[in-house]
Amino acid sequence: MSAVADRAGRRSLGRQVLIDRTLLYTVAVILALWTLVPIYLIALAAFSERSAVFEYPKTVLPTRFSTETMAFFVGSSGVLSSVKNSVIVALGTIVVALALGAPAGYALSRFRFPGRDGFQLAVLSSKMFPIAILAIPLAVTFIDLGLYDKLLGVIIVHSAMVLPFVIIVTAGVFASVSRELEEAAQTLGTSRLGAFVRVALPLALPGMAAAAIFAFVTSWNEVFAATILTLRERTLPALVVASLNQSPIYFKFAGGFFLIIPSLFFIWFMRKYLFNLWGPGR
Amino acid sequence: MAVRAGRALPFPARIARSDAALPLGLLAPSIIYLSLLILVPVVQALLLSMQAENGAFSLEHYDRMVHDQAFVESLTNTAKLLILIVPIQLTLALAMALLINSRFPGHGIFLYIYAIPLAISDLAAGIVWLSIFTENGYMNTILQGLGLIKEPIAYLSYENLHLVLMTIVVAESWRATAIVMVILLAGLQLIPRDYFEAAELFGAGRWKRTMLVVLPLLRPSLQSALIIRTIFAFQTFAVVLALAGRQFPVLAYEAYDSYANLFNPRVAAAWAGLILVLTLIVVVFYLRIFRVRESEMAR
Repeated sequence: MSAVADRAGRRSLGRQVLIDRTLLYTVAVILALWTLVPIYLIALAAFSERSAVFEYPKTVLPTRFSTETMAFFVGSSGVLSSVKNSVIVALGTIVVALALGAPAGYALSRFRFPGRDGFQLAVLSSKMFPIAILAIPLAVTFIDLGLYDKLLGVIIVHSAMVLPFVIIVTAGVFASVSRELEEAAQTLGTSRLGAFVRVALPLALPGMAAAAIFAFVTSWNEVFAATILTLRERTLPALVVASLNQSPIYFKFAGGFFLIIPSLFFIWFMRKYLFNLWGPGR
Repeated sequence: MAVRAGRALPFPARIARSDAALPLGLLAPSIIYLSLLILVPVVQALLLSMQAENGAFSLEHYDRMVHDQAFVESLTNTAKLLILIVPIQLTLALAMALLINSRFPGHGIFLYIYAIPLAISDLAAGIVWLSIFTENGYMNTILQGLGLIKEPIAYLSYENLHLVLMTIVVAESWRATAIVMVILLAGLQLIPRDYFEAAELFGAGRWKRTMLVVLPLLRPSLQSALIIRTIFAFQTFAVVLALAGRQFPVLAYEAYDSYANLFNPRVAAAWAGLILVLTLIVVVFYLRIFRVRESEMAR
């Protein structure tokens, strides 16, 4: 009697789990499609013929693959040099932000000193200032300093934007590298700097790489400051924004897709560090 | 023995002594850099916006901003975006975060997919949705293919401003839900599993469990997400530019326009000042009603 009830109970429990699982995967897949379908569609638009942009209704299957639009985009005047500029600015941002931010992060993770909390709070709240209020006066200053329309000017501003993140992330990274290891190296006769370079730095490298990629992504995507601070030496987003009014729509589609490409790879490399970089700062 | 102990002692002491100056030396470059490139420009922008050409104090640029024909519209548009986007983002992000946190088989790949928009710029997001909402785009193709509409809808036309608003809301919700999800997921991971199990033991259904157990515990993360999203909503720029151009004025666009097209940095600084003041008001307001700990503020 009880065994029968038990079996029936188990069966209904099994059915409940099955229903739950189905429901869960259905919702998960719907949300994944909401994220992925628009990326698929812009890729479709970027890889069709230019004339296909004006056709209606559209084909939503990749039956007419063509590199014509992308070739037109890459071949348009200013595009390749703006891509080069974007890469230079992003790499420069990595160098400046890490060179300044990593020592600060290290100091936060290793030392207790007066004003430590105040510094941390100041760093956190500096992320809050709207880019418009930084870029506009800096453009005025840069004209006086001869930095206007120079890639170095954009690097300087982008570095300031990512520096707070880099400080917080590297502080987290060094905090996870055991301090005892460094001290052990010192007792074995290395200098403090030697212990840092030979022990702490190698262990911290993956986290630093994530911070570097974050700096690259932020710089690669930044529109407002790059547009305000340049005129001829455009980065890719600045070029696309400046041409929004005049360029044909297939140029925009190709540009939009081109801008998205790095994101797919970057998130894959950084998935372990998502919470350090974008989550609540530590 | 005694000798060895005597030799071992000085090490920590020596490290501590040399440490006194070291942290400040390591921090100094960052402090100087952030002061020069964040603090100074903010002060400079405020001065710029409050000075006449001859350097005398004047509110003429604010006067010009307030009497700009796009002033009221850009304020209300920015507010509309804020009010519509934030709840949608929080709901979608909460659904994603709860799903991932249930650690079902394969949740890793879904986390990757949901996180992709983190690295997509607002400009690119605007263009993505332009390809969908343009009149001969994919949305009309799909809706007409399903027989839901008879002829293509002009989503981005000046005559359908409510539809223009809708497309911007969709594009921004698509792009910036990911960051909210990461914040909420990080918060969820801090909640001990026991809480879920205890609720199950006492017979709470799944929906009830989420509402009564998870949400209150998630409050700090929800607050952080709300503050971050509100701050960035005031800066909405490239999504709007890509989808609607000038026909849907927002605050950040007016700042850009004053500088880049009208060549008037002082009025541009006034717009930027307005964005800053609104941001500060909202942050103070949130901190007041939530009583968030200071350290959580700028997350």
